[in-house]
Amino acid sequence: MSRAGALLAREVALAWGKGGGPLVTLGFYVGTATLLPLATGPEPARLAAIATGMAWVALALAALLSLERLFERDFEDGALDLMVLSPVPLELVCALKCLGQWIATGAPLALAAPLAAIGLGAKPELVPLILACALVGGLAFAFTGGIGAALSLGARRGGLLTAVIVLPLFVPPVIFGGAALDAFASGLPWQAGLALLGAYTAAAVALGPLAMAAACRNALS
Amino acid sequence: MLDLDPGPYGAFIWPAYGLTALVFAGMIAASLSHARRWRRKAQAHQPDLAA
Amino acid sequence: MAFSRWAAPMFGIVAVLLALVGLWLGFAAPEDYQQGDTVRIMFVHVPAAWLSMFVYACLGGASFLSLVFRHALADAAAKAAAPLGAAFTVLALATGSLWGRPMWGAWWVWDARLTSVLVLLLFYLAYMALRASLDDEAKAARAGAILALVGVVNLPIVHWSVNWWNTLHQGASVFRKGGPTMTVDYLYPLLLMSLAFMAAFGALWLVRIRGEVWRRRAEAAALRAARR
Repeated sequence: MSRAGALLAREVALAWGKGGGPLVTLGFYVGTATLLPLATGPEPARLAAIATGMAWVALALAALLSLERLFERDFEDGALDLMVLSPVPLELVCALKCLGQWIATGAPLALAAPLAAIGLGAKPELVPLILACALVGGLAFAFTGGIGAALSLGARRGGLLTAVIVLPLFVPPVIFGGAALDAFASGLPWQAGLALLGAYTAAAVALGPLAMAAACRNALS
Repeated sequence: MLDLDPGPYGAFIWPAYGLTALVFAGMIAASLSHARRWRRKAQAHQPDLAA
Repeated sequence: MAFSRWAAPMFGIVAVLLALVGLWLGFAAPEDYQQGDTVRIMFVHVPAAWLSMFVYACLGGASFLSLVFRHALADAAAKAAAPLGAAFTVLALATGSLWGRPMWGAWWVWDARLTSVLVLLLFYLAYMALRASLDDEAKAARAGAILALVGVVNLPIVHWSVNWWNTLHQGASVFRKGGPTMTVDYLYPLLLMSLAFMAAFGALWLVRIRGEVWRRRAEAAALRAARR
C-alpha cells in the first residue's frame, strides 16, 4: 500500500474511532435536530419552512465539533513531528487528514441529513439534493475546518478558538447549500447553488491544505 | 446656513454622531494609553537612547 | 520610530481639519427629498464602512509582508490594525442601524451589505482571538498572518456570496461604472469625511504600532533582567 494510502487508512481508522465510530457525531447531529422543534414549536407548517435550513446548519455545527481531533492528538503525542519528516509532503498529509475525517464522519452525517430534514418536515423529493449538498458541503466543512484546527494548535481553549476562526469560513458553503435547498423546495432553479457549493469545496480542497501545512509548521517550530 | 434642525429624525442623527465621537474618543484613549504604558515599562528597564 | 513621532500628530491634525470642513459642508447641504435629514448619517456611516474594509486590506498587506519578509514591524502593524478595524466595523453597523430604522423601519435586516459587514466583524474578532490565545509571540504573529491571508481570500467570496443571496441595501452609488451618481452637495462632504477617517486611522495606527514596538522592547528587556 502506498504511503499516502496507508496514511489515509490511518486517518479513517482514527476518525472512525474505537468508541462507536461516527455514532458520537451522529448523536450530536440528531440531538441538535431534535432541539429545533422543541424551541420553535411543533407546528408542521412553520417547521417545514425552515426544515432544510436547520438540517444544513446542524450539519455545519456537527462538522465543527469533530475538528478537535484532527490535528490536536497528533500534535500532542509527537506524531505530527514525524509526519513533517516523512517523504509525503505536509500539504498532502493535511489533505489526507481532512479526507479521512470526511469519509469517517462527514459521509455518515450526509446520510443522516435527509432523515433529519424529513423528520423536521421537509418534502421527500428533496432527499437527493440534501444528500448531494451534505456530501459536497461536508467536504468543504472538513477542509475549511482543518484550517481552523491547524491554526489553533498549541492555543488555550483551542476548541472554542477553532469555532470562532472557522464560522466565518463556513458562511459561503452554508449560503450556497441553503440557497440550493431553498430554491428546490420553492420550485425555483437550484443548480446554481449546488454549482457554487461545488466550486467553493473545490477551492477549499485545493487551497486549504496550503494554509494547514503552514500552520502546522508554525506550531511545530 | 447650517441645517441643524433635523426635526423628527434628530433622535437618530444625534446618537449616530454621538456614537461616532464616542468610538473615536475610545480609540484615541486606548491607543495612547497603550503606547504610553509600554513606553514607560520599556524605559523603566533601560534608559532610552533613541525614542 | 522617529517617523511616527511627528507623523502621527500630523495625521491627527489633518484628520480634524478635514472632519471640520466635511461636517460643515455636510450639514450645509440640503435635505434629501426622499430621506430628509437622515441622509446626514451617511457622512459617518459610509466612511466607517469604507474604513472597516480598508483597514482589513492593511491588515492583509501587513500579514503578507510578515510572512514573506518575517519583519517584526509587519507583525506589529498587523496586530495594531485589528482593534481599530473592528471598531470601525462596529461603528458602521451601529450607525447603519440608526440610519436603517427611520429609512426601512427596522433596526436590522439580513440584507447583503449588513450581513457582509457582520461577517467582516467576525473575521476581525477571530484574528484578535487567535493572536491573543497563543503565548509564543512569534508563533502567534505567524498564525495570525496565515489567518489574515485566508481571510483576505475568503472575504470577497463571502461578500459576493452574501450579495448573491440577497440584496435590499441601496446599490453602489459612488463606485460605479460611469462615475458617482451622487450629487456633489453630498459627494464632497462624504469624500472629505472619508479622508478624515483615513487620516485618523493613519494617526492611530502609527500610535499603536509604536506601542507594540515599546511592548516588544519592554518584554525583551524583562526577559533579559529575569535571566540575570
